[in-house]
Amino acid sequence: MADVTFTVDGKTLTAPAGTLLIDACRKAGIEIPAFCYYPGLSLQAACRMCVVRQEKVPKLQTACTTPVAEGQVFITESPEIAQARKATLQLLLGNHPLDCPVCDAGGECELQDMTFKYGAGESLYVEAKQHREEQKWSPAVYFDRPRCILCYRCVRMCGEGMDVWALGIQNRGVTAVIAPNGGDHLDCEQCGMCIDVCPVGALTSGTYRYKSRPWEMKHVSTVCTHCADGCKVTLGVRRANDGMEIVRADNRDKSGINGDFLCAKGRFGFDFVESAERLTQPLVRNVAGVLEPTTWEKAIRHVAKRFQEIVSRSGTSKNGRGQDGPGSIGVIGSTRTTNEENYLLQKFARTVLKTQHIDHERTADYATFHGLLVGSTGRAAGLKEIAAAPAILLLGGNPTEEHPLLAWSLRSDVRLNHARLYVANTQAIRLERQAVRSLHLADGDYEALVRSLSGDETALAGLPDAAAFRDALAGEESLVVICGAEFRGAALAALMRWGLSRPQVKFALLSDGVNARGAADMGVYPDLMPGYQMLAGDGPMHQEYAGMPVTSGKDYVAMMEAAGSGKLNGLLVVGADPFAALGVADGALKDTFLVVQDCFLTRTAAQADVVLPTASLYEKTGTVTNCYGDVQMVRKAADKAGVKPDFEILVRLAGAMGVDVRTLVPFGDSQGVRADMGQTRGAQAGEADRHAVWLAAHALEPKLSPFDPLAILDEVERLVPEYKLDRLNLFAGNESTTEPGAGFVSVESLLQRKDGVVAAHPGLFDSGLLSEKTSALQQLRRHQEKLTVAAD
Amino acid sequence: MSVETMSIFSPELSARFDELVTRYPMKRSALIPMLLYAQDEVGYLSDAVIDEIARRIGITPLDVRNVATYYSMLRFKPAGRFNVQVCTNISCMLRGGYKIFDRFQERLGIGHKGVTADGLFSLEEVECIGACCWAPAIQVNYDFHDELTEERVDAILEQYRSQNAGGR
Ligand code: SF4
Ligand code: SF4
Ligand code: SF4
Ligand code: FES
Ligand code: FES
Repeated sequence: MADVTFTVDGKTLTAPAGTLLIDACRKAGIEIPAFCYYPGLSLQAACRMCVVRQEKVPKLQTACTTPVAEGQVFITESPEIAQARKATLQLLLGNHPLDCPVCDAGGECELQDMTFKYGAGESLYVEAKQHREEQKWSPAVYFDRPRCILCYRCVRMCGEGMDVWALGIQNRGVTAVIAPNGGDHLDCEQCGMCIDVCPVGALTSGTYRYKSRPWEMKHVSTVCTHCADGCKVTLGVRRANDGMEIVRADNRDKSGINGDFLCAKGRFGFDFVESAERLTQPLVRNVAGVLEPTTWEKAIRHVAKRFQEIVSRSGTSKNGRGQDGPGSIGVIGSTRTTNEENYLLQKFARTVLKTQHIDHERTADYATFHGLLVGSTGRAAGLKEIAAAPAILLLGGNPTEEHPLLAWSLRSDVRLNHARLYVANTQAIRLERQAVRSLHLADGDYEALVRSLSGDETALAGLPDAAAFRDALAGEESLVVICGAEFRGAALAALMRWGLSRPQVKFALLSDGVNARGAADMGVYPDLMPGYQMLAGDGPMHQEYAGMPVTSGKDYVAMMEAAGSGKLNGLLVVGADPFAALGVADGALKDTFLVVQDCFLTRTAAQADVVLPTASLYEKTGTVTNCYGDVQMVRKAADKAGVKPDFEILVRLAGAMGVDVRTLVPFGDSQGVRADMGQTRGAQAGEADRHAVWLAAHALEPKLSPFDPLAILDEVERLVPEYKLDRLNLFAGNESTTEPGAGFVSVESLLQRKDGVVAAHPGLFDSGLLSEKTSALQQLRRHQEKLTVAAD
Repeated sequence: MSVETMSIFSPELSARFDELVTRYPMKRSALIPMLLYAQDEVGYLSDAVIDEIARRIGITPLDVRNVATYYSMLRFKPAGRFNVQVCTNISCMLRGGYKIFDRFQERLGIGHKGVTADGLFSLEEVECIGACCWAPAIQVNYDFHDELTEERVDAILEQYRSQNAGGR
């Protein structure tokens, strides 16, 4: 809309006509108080805190509902306005407890701040306050009725934002009260968004309430560890006996790809960090066959020695079954570790362990995805692009359950930008409610759908809406195509070819695991290297890793089989549980030297010869890439005595195997560019000390540390064409999106390979191992399960 | 034929509801009339009533409650067979409305929002019922009784008692 000019407090402002005055003022740095106004939600005009004086208008106006127009003149602060706001506060405080010192929101409460500002300190009411007991609506959501100021933010957030509609408002006038859909409990997604938007302490969170004061915490902004959407999350941490503990998770500054949003996992799923089952000491299997705690030095030395033996000898192995020498160790990586760790892991495997047998649990076919995009630009959609796209085609997947942030972004896009969402799926999904068109496909019909989209009239002929669906899509000028992990191999290629044949189509491919995309991008594959470069071939990586084995290795399943039949003499498993995932029998790997790096004693770890306890994503630094290709910084928030990041473990192992770690991690004055001793990496000064100790021990003090994962980010940027990162943005806490089109491998070679994808399909409270060990998420799961059972 | 196959309402009311939801551009505009008619038939807005209305309109039961709880004339507990609503708003109050209300309390042995043990009568103090010119006035179900005196209260109660005994 055309810009208009108007005056606020004597300043001339310009904004598009129709902008709400409150927004225009906020943009110009003029703060107008508001309780009920919340950007992105419908207007309520219920609190009257935002009143301003408009010239030639008899009464005070609410800035949250006043659209600006040419020539208007406003005053936002005057004795009259202050008096009106003060009166509003007095009314709100009429029955509101004045016990901020013991209120959970004390110190970060908008009502407290406003009272402080407008000084409604003494009450005109002398009557006793009506007290009501706090109510527990679910393990996540508690309600303290007298504190509620009836701003309706929670009601609107749950309904409009979440499309759950679990909160309502009942009765009227002084008896009005926020009510949960279950009468005395909540039957909902338990996302905690209502708690987040509540301006006061009326809605409080089961995981945080009465545990801390806001000013006791340090706030570290990092990335949620639970799903492939990669929400930015602020962890509130506090000193604890054995390091730093996480007391709260939210997205404090509402920045990043997720803005306001976090789902139940991101908001409540952090207590696994403190789980009593957490491994905090390395374990080595003793002569009696029992895993026994030991020191890091001993464990590292032991692993290094055994690996060294296997790699450097050739001929029949000690146990007389497999072959020692290069290619006799398998490596399994993780979708939960950082890009730096994944990169380092495959470099370690190829150049130190001299093996091509490396893989991870693949949850989407990123190789094909990447291969199709090579040579094009701007064809991959980052999450922010998706959230603003005018039209989206969602094929397969179930974002509401498996990609909560995507679901939120699509709902918001439809609601706020009038985007058109098209859904085609073999199951009924909740997002159909936002769709302009949806197509219900029979199992196995995705390929027919792609043919139908490509103009084949006979495809999906039995489905009456298919033609209209195709025609509507043909009418879209630009489109983002998001597909679930069901799309892989030839089906994915066909879909993408259809999209690429049109000018403005972008793609996104869904996967499971916070760094599933990163593990793939970093080349944790038996046949592909970082940037999806074919192992069989010759490219920049081949020069870089001179001497590495170049025949394609065994994939995840084949490695486990080979190990099971005694043909792999060593197996290093990082953050994965193949015994559980593939249903391998206990004892199956007794002839293989098995080393496991994990946070918990998984089934695989319990079978290992050595278990190395690792830091979780919340306890380390690095970057991760979400399934839309957005790279974000992970910053160390919590600290746990006894554990080490996978990165550090790999560097130490290499060091102990006699490798010059400088060839592994480009640090020091030869190739390194960082001179950060770790001070900026997290909330703990101790981090810097640990880097420094190692440095001193190796006479490298003033340079920098090989445990600094960001040192290897330089190498990633140098060698992986799609990782040309906008560092300034990245380090400032924003995302930097990769450009798969910059890669160098043709699709033909990629299409020949087995995709090996096994999608996990996690639910709202599920992210595999970590959610299993998170009591808050287990409580929520049980709460919701009980309700489902009761309803049946 | 009713669209709802498992309706808890009478066939007539069910048919009426089927028609009612087609009358407005948005189905939920039919909500308040539906609540009122349902209350007339069932006596109050039971959980089953709320669930069926929600289903018919395609909104959540919580949504129905959000609206229903706003209105003081919609109730969530059974009233007596004869619901006595005594006006104590300004005109009636000036002309002895409270005396009438007290008399009902005393005779029925119940207070505001009470129901007699036999379920025959319930009592409510209400705002203006639009009969100010004949104040003080009361409403029993949909019947009006006006220009009341305390003495007439007894006769009115008697009238309903015998109506009940007579079956209708
Ligand atoms: S937790 Fe989320 S889904 Fe549940 S009531 Fe609050 S906003 Fe709604
Ligand atoms: S509970 Fe909080 S967000 Fe909801 S209406 Fe009350 S004050 Fe507002
Ligand atoms: S949507 Fe995914 S990344 Fe975001 S908070 Fe939930 S689990 Fe974490
Ligand atoms: S913010 Fe404008 S009325 Fe509440
Ligand atoms: S005041 Fe009683 S009928 Fe109007």
